[in-house]
Amino acid sequence: MEDDAPVIYGLEFQARALTAQAAETDAIRFLVGTQSLKFDNQIHIIDFDDENNIINKNVLLHQAGEIWNIGASPADKAVLTTCYNKTCDSRVVSCAAVWRMPCDWDTGSNHESPDDSAHNPQTLELLCHLNDSTHGNAACVLWEPMGDGKRVISLADNHALLWDLQESSTQATKRGLNIVKKKKKKKKKKKKKKKKKKKKKKKKKKKKKKEEKKEEEEEEEEGGRKDEKAIYCIENAHGQLVRDLDFNPNRQYYLASCGDDCKVRFWDVRNVQEPVKSLEDHSHWVWSVRYNHSHDQLVLTASSDSRLILSNMVSISSEPFGQLVDDEELSDGEDARPSEKIKEPLTDSVVSTYEEHEDSVYAAEWSSADPWLFASLSYDGRLVINRVPRALKYRILL
Amino acid sequence: MDGEVDATESGGSRKRRVHGMLKLYYGMNEEGKSADEPDSLDPCDINGPHFDPDVYLNKLRRECSLGELMDQESCMVKQIRSLDSDMQTLVYENYNKFISATDTIRKMKNDFKKMEDEMDCLSTNMAAITEFSASISGTLQDQHTQITKLSGVHTLLRKLQFLFELPARLNKCVELQAYGQAVSSHRRARCVLQQYSHLPSFRGIQDDCHVIMEQLAQDLRQKFRDGGSSAKDLSECVELLLQLDEPAEELCDKFLNHAGARLQLDLAGLEAEIRTAEPPSSSSSGPPPPSSPAADTSPKTSSPLAPAAAAKTDILEFIDRGCNEFVSSLCLVVASYQELFVHRAQTGELASKNIPQMASGKLQGFVDELAARYFSIVERRIREERGVGDNSLLVRALDRFHRRLQAVAKLLPGSQVPARGTEIVVRAATERVRQYLQALQSFYLDTLTDVRQALAAPRLAAASGASVALGGGTGGLLGAGGGAGGLPELLSSLSASILNQIKSVLASVHLFTAKDITFSNKPYFKGEFCSHGVRENLVVSFIQFICQSSRRFCETASDKGGSSPPALLLLLSRLCLDYETSTISYILTLTDEQFLSQHHNPVTPVTALCAEAREAAQKLLNHYVKVQGLIISQMLRKSVETRDWVNTIEPRNVRAVMKRVVEDTTSIDVQVGLLYEEGVRKAHSSDSSKRTFSVYSSSRQQPRYAASYTPSAPMDTNLLSNIHKLFSERIDIFSSVEFNKVSVMTGIIKISLKTFLECVRLRTFGRYGLQQIQVDCHYLQVYLWRFVSDENLAHFLLDEIVGSTAHRCLDPAPMEQSVIEVICERG
Repeated sequence: MEDDAPVIYGLEFQARALTAQAAETDAIRFLVGTQSLKFDNQIHIIDFDDENNIINKNVLLHQAGEIWNIGASPADKAVLTTCYNKTCDSRVVSCAAVWRMPCDWDTGSNHESPDDSAHNPQTLELLCHLNDSTHGNAACVLWEPMGDGKRVISLADNHALLWDLQESSTQATKRGLNIVKKKKKKKKKKKKKKKKKKKKKKKKKKKKKKEEKKEEEEEEEEGGRKDEKAIYCIENAHGQLVRDLDFNPNRQYYLASCGDDCKVRFWDVRNVQEPVKSLEDHSHWVWSVRYNHSHDQLVLTASSDSRLILSNMVSISSEPFGQLVDDEELSDGEDARPSEKIKEPLTDSVVSTYEEHEDSVYAAEWSSADPWLFASLSYDGRLVINRVPRALKYRILL
Repeated sequence: MDGEVDATESGGSRKRRVHGMLKLYYGMNEEGKSADEPDSLDPCDINGPHFDPDVYLNKLRRECSLGELMDQESCMVKQIRSLDSDMQTLVYENYNKFISATDTIRKMKNDFKKMEDEMDCLSTNMAAITEFSASISGTLQDQHTQITKLSGVHTLLRKLQFLFELPARLNKCVELQAYGQAVSSHRRARCVLQQYSHLPSFRGIQDDCHVIMEQLAQDLRQKFRDGGSSAKDLSECVELLLQLDEPAEELCDKFLNHAGARLQLDLAGLEAEIRTAEPPSSSSSGPPPPSSPAADTSPKTSSPLAPAAAAKTDILEFIDRGCNEFVSSLCLVVASYQELFVHRAQTGELASKNIPQMASGKLQGFVDELAARYFSIVERRIREERGVGDNSLLVRALDRFHRRLQAVAKLLPGSQVPARGTEIVVRAATERVRQYLQALQSFYLDTLTDVRQALAAPRLAAASGASVALGGGTGGLLGAGGGAGGLPELLSSLSASILNQIKSVLASVHLFTAKDITFSNKPYFKGEFCSHGVRENLVVSFIQFICQSSRRFCETASDKGGSSPPALLLLLSRLCLDYETSTISYILTLTDEQFLSQHHNPVTPVTALCAEAREAAQKLLNHYVKVQGLIISQMLRKSVETRDWVNTIEPRNVRAVMKRVVEDTTSIDVQVGLLYEEGVRKAHSSDSSKRTFSVYSSSRQQPRYAASYTPSAPMDTNLLSNIHKLFSERIDIFSSVEFNKVSVMTGIIKISLKTFLECVRLRTFGRYGLQQIQVDCHYLQVYLWRFVSDENLAHFLLDEIVGSTAHRCLDPAPMEQSVIEVICERG
């Protein structure tokens, strides 16, 4: 049951932006955006060949500026959004845009030698800007999960803007610009700070009474109303800044948050007075928290203590007693395990701590194709791909 | 003398006896002789019994001259002659005596003849008298029998008269209330009356008697019921009634009922006392302050408590009253009851009817019931003893309570009462221990509140030299910084007052096991009370409470945003550490000495407590580091985030916030230094600041910049930094610190600088922005190295900051090192 060694890939530039290519369900593919003030920034497309443990990379140029955030469309493999900084008139401006990858990036790079591709990277094709004159400084862009790739939300200043992408995504229109100031948006800790560490209050913009993206999905009931209000607000979620949050994909009233107090906290939005659980395994700020899409007891956290921690939060997962077996039509109250073998109930615990990084880890993502695989990115440009330990994997599966 | 000697030697035993008689006659007893002249065995002693003439003669012939022999011979002749004459005289005298004796005998013979005649005459007379006497008694015979008869009739008549008079007599007795006499009279007549009851006259008498006795019994019962009489009267009544054949069982019941009623009265009195005490006590129920001895010992002087204290008799008085009234009456009742029904019945005719067993059973039930009520009252009263000030009163009360119950135990050997009494004492003691624990806990919390106030209060004249020196920089941000000067005093007074409190509580509790307390030798008080009650429930629990409440400071503070001042955390951490190193073992040794001499039940070991205390100390100190690091981090963070680094002007000064950071760090250093030792640093040279400065600026920093400015080699930067990281240890920012100043300061500085680094990475810098950061970092470098255990650590972090800034810089043109130095020195 030895676990495969982690696979490490080094970028030339510093980097903070990492995402899995959401629309890709066959290949294990991650997108990384670099940060460099002096050179053209790049988006690295990392393909991981699970069987051979080989990484293939393709580089696309992103000349607009250094990338702070990247998001892949859930519908179209070639479409992605970035938030980037550009400098003009000795002012730093944050912008967001929707891009399309050149259609032949894949084939082109495969035929060329690695050296060539490095020398002659292709450039992203701009679809549209997500800029609003009244709200500058986009901090992050989120796609509507499971959506058709037509809606995104961007965070800018203290607002959340909902965008409707037109056909072929070349045009973006803002719809229903209901701006709720102050913490709104699903109240999550509104203080998600993606970029600048300031707390940004997101403004939610609603369109067509639809829901927001991602975190906002839960607000559907409210969707029809024009006057959005905060549904809930977790005060004092963390002692200091809140850096990230993620919703349990299977139990949407659970969410995880992390912040500068080194803690990861799990909340039940039906009762936000007290966290359901609180972990304090990191020794510095926690920058990212991610639920595994399939097995929501697996939670990945990345911290500026250069560590990545995989936790097994069985007690608040959607399958606290292990996976229910379908072919046995037992009611959930019964012991639904396939055999009588006594499985020691798993307890909440740290599964593993990954120390391959030498610098602060700002991002970690699960692969969209393989639920047992994840990538993490540290500031020095090191991307590490790891797997869930096999022992745990079999334990969850069997 | 010669003759005597010869006779002795030659004669038989008879002669010797005669000789002895003669000797007696002449008054020569043997003793006199032997006393005067001891027997000489010398055959030459002429006067000795063993004289041998031949030997003597030979001796003389051998030894003496002729002249001497002659003299001897003449002397001898002279002596013989005188002896001869003496003998003649003696013979003569004896002869005379013999003559006169013969005369006397002759005379006596004549006298006896006369006497014989007179005796004959006397016997004749006596015969005549006898004859007369016989004739007289013959004559009187008839009269004598008559008289005897008459006298018999008289006696009978007297008896009959008694019977006939009996009713009247009984009536009179009843009138005079001489019940005892009446009963005994009746008893005497009862059999006779019973026997002759077939005769109408006797029957009448018997009936009369019956009526009267009924009446009497009625009276007795009445008296019995009235209950005004003393226990002695009562037992008298019962005794009489028993003699009247009243059913014993009924009497038992009545007796017990009656006694019970009176005892219940006593109990009601006691209960009433509690009730009257309650209203005031409820209004002041919370009050007895955990232990201000002054307020407890002089309740009359403290005005609000005075009325309550006055209205409420103290527990000793209460128990006293209970003992004197209830317990002693109970004992009296039990004693007389046993006397009446148990002991007496055993010997009397009642024994056959199982009366003793029945009576004992009833008594048992009776005592149990009353005792139960009594106990419940006592327990209620004891429960009201909430004040923990003066334990001796309670102990004495309990002692008295327990002691008095021993009397009951003696009277009723099989009774449960003493055992249950002991249970009450045990419960009271346990409860007391619990109260002491509470008192200790609230005392501890109060003390903490005082400490907080002392920390928060602006220190006036008491500021120590150190805090004066830092006065300006201590500032408001560090809330407790101003109070730092008094930390050691606060710590010592805090720990001393806690220790004193524990000692005084131990002393109070110790009263329970004092030798002169009767219940102290019960097994419970010897064993479990000491080990489990006092050691575990009191001392160990309190220590655990301290640790837990200390730990709570860490948790609540982090959630609610630092509600407890950092100095308090530091203080408590030191307190817990002191507990771990010495105080716990001291306290437990003290306790064991006082309480745990012979028993070694499983108890919490010292090491476990120490570990707990150490853990608490560690947690507190870590939290302190976190809080202080956070305060400094916030300053740095704000300073980085609020500035437009792209368009900043050329640096001329170190930014004020850096100075503030150094000042705060210095004052934290002083604060920590007051409570913790210096700790170990990694060795560094004497001129540390200069040397490391040069390393920092030239050997490491410059090459890195050079690399990063070369567009053609973007990898080099990462490479260098990665290589560096490869060989340096991973730094845990929020990690546990050791218990010394250097480690604490290192932790705080680590947190601050790492924050600085992360903030810088989120910003974009212009040329002057980079230079400003360079200046600031150099300033920090110069002033912070002395606080940390490993200066390379600080250097590394500062390097990282400058390096990251350079990366984030649009126009990376570093400032000359010399200029930086000048600016810093000027600042």
